[in-house]
Amino acid sequence: MNILEIIRFATRGLGTNKLRTALTTMGIAIGVASVIILIAVGNGSSKQIQSSIDRLGTNTITIMANRGGFGRQAASRNTSSKPLTVADAVALSDATKAPDIKQVAPVASTSATCTNGTNTSTPGTFNGTWPAWFEASNTSIAKGSYFTNDDVVQGRRVAVIGNTTATDLFGTSNPIGQEIRCGGIPFTVIGTTTVKGTTGFQDGDSLVVAPLTAVQRSLTGYNSLQSIVVEAKSAKVQDFAQTEINTIMDAQHKVKNTNNRDYRTLNQASLLATSNSNSSVFTVLLGVVAAISLLVGGIGITNIMLVTVIERTREIGIRKAIGAPKGAILSQFLIEATILSLVGGGIGVIGGYIGSHFKIIGIQPVIVPSSVLLAFGVSVLIGLFFGGYPASRAASLRPIEALRHE
Amino acid sequence: MVVAAVAADETVVDSAMSSTHKPIIEVRGAVKRYGEGDASIFALAGVDLTIYPGEYVAIMGPSGSGKSTLMNILGALDNMTSGKYFLDGIEIDSMDENALSIVRGRKIGFIFQSFNLIARTTALANVELPLAYQGIKKDERRKRALKALEVVGLSDRIDHEPTELSGGQQQRVAVARALATRPALLLADEPTGALDSKSTHDLLDLFDQINAAGRTVVVITHEDDVAARAKRVVRMRDGLIISDTLNKGRVA
Repeated sequence: MNILEIIRFATRGLGTNKLRTALTTMGIAIGVASVIILIAVGNGSSKQIQSSIDRLGTNTITIMANRGGFGRQAASRNTSSKPLTVADAVALSDATKAPDIKQVAPVASTSATCTNGTNTSTPGTFNGTWPAWFEASNTSIAKGSYFTNDDVVQGRRVAVIGNTTATDLFGTSNPIGQEIRCGGIPFTVIGTTTVKGTTGFQDGDSLVVAPLTAVQRSLTGYNSLQSIVVEAKSAKVQDFAQTEINTIMDAQHKVKNTNNRDYRTLNQASLLATSNSNSSVFTVLLGVVAAISLLVGGIGITNIMLVTVIERTREIGIRKAIGAPKGAILSQFLIEATILSLVGGGIGVIGGYIGSHFKIIGIQPVIVPSSVLLAFGVSVLIGLFFGGYPASRAASLRPIEALRHE
Repeated sequence: MVVAAVAADETVVDSAMSSTHKPIIEVRGAVKRYGEGDASIFALAGVDLTIYPGEYVAIMGPSGSGKSTLMNILGALDNMTSGKYFLDGIEIDSMDENALSIVRGRKIGFIFQSFNLIARTTALANVELPLAYQGIKKDERRKRALKALEVVGLSDRIDHEPTELSGGQQQRVAVARALATRPALLLADEPTGALDSKSTHDLLDLFDQINAAGRTVVVITHEDDVAARAKRVVRMRDGLIISDTLNKGRVA
């Protein structure tokens, strides 16, 4: 009795009830495909978040005022809180006190509607800042040029605008050298930024950047800054830069209790870590859902194999009466279960690959190769394990009991 | 062995033949009990039976007499509560299920009342099946299966599935399947129970032919005309053998 012969018996057994075989196979295929696709979606979303964080710029630390807190803690802080000022930015630029800081850019933000004749656009981000901001925030120029330190000193009303804003205001014509009005104040467009794309819900290209002095004088006033963007010399020294920022800022703001600062810092590393842990939770959740569907598929195989064994008890009795050894019966049913899960798993892998080519809820899935192996391996193991029980039950039947079965 | 067929009436067969041949079946004190304690029922209450090579034995009795239980034990399909059973000199009662499956495959050819062919499988494949389980090579298997089907007169039906065959034809496929392994013993349990009289007649002719070729045949039946074709008739009642006679009026 060779293995090919047993495989032939097994395939004949499966062919006997084609609809049932097809349904069982489909159950496993759906399980495997969903594991692959859902894990790919989770992976795709974390890749997407990571790439948008990369675009924001690396090595940067953002300092923000700690005024807008919540609850009792925030209320207790209010008594001693000082706004961020240009003086803070100047202090941070001290190369001896802060050797690991490359450059500093104070940012004053506002929201203003910009117009060019009848065209209007409300940029998502309207920043008044120093030229250092462009490098610190990883923003480069597509056409025209940056504004200069001289523009800041002179308070010239010039602006660099993002692609979305440029399209809103100028359509396809060249905006360089044109004048726009933002919040009623005229600005001359001197450059446009390269396309950044969308970060979550925020359009990175809906942007106007102008010299800090010009924005403060005409729009925000001189009182407070939105944030100060600090660029460390390298990713390696980011922690040192962080310490230097705290030392300088604590002195500037006369902070007595370092647990109760009136400013806070955000760096890309912590942002990355947060988003990675968020997206890995997402991936795990998706994986669990998928694993459950795979398990349901496995229970389907067990169920079908049990029904098959019961239905074919008499046939098992006949086979044993004419001399089939236990091993042959066991292998026949095990192979039936394995073929079901192999074929189902194979179809699932193909379906998973095809399904991962489509965007799902705005996310381009990225297949994790190990998830393919895992899903396929698990489906085969399920076949062997869940098929094994009915198979051994079949093989252990006494022929006389099996033959009496109607 | 043919001597027995014409031996005197009411002669105890055991003593008549034991001196010349080694028995193919030797059952000593076979007891089969169902249930425990007071509620237990003895299907076999201590049966001794010896059958020699080349015999054609009919085991008769009303339902509940224990004849089917005896048949299951002779066929190594069921185990005894106590007793000894030697098949072709091999002790069967102490074997495990795996060894038994080999014995069944090599020593015994079964014929059942309900044919018990594998459904949706051609006559040829059905006959080849026990040979396949014995590990016989494909060519040899095909040759022997075709030969067995020729013996039962179904050479023109080898590609038919059981549902495409009449009852008599199905039973002949079962006979071919039983013969293909060249067993020491052909065991038939009510083989004509589901057949019309013409098919019954054909099948019994086939048994005569098989026995004439030298193979031992044991038939379980409650029909007198089937028993009339056997050379020796064993009658049972309440789990015991009540008579064991040579068949003087045997129909040729």
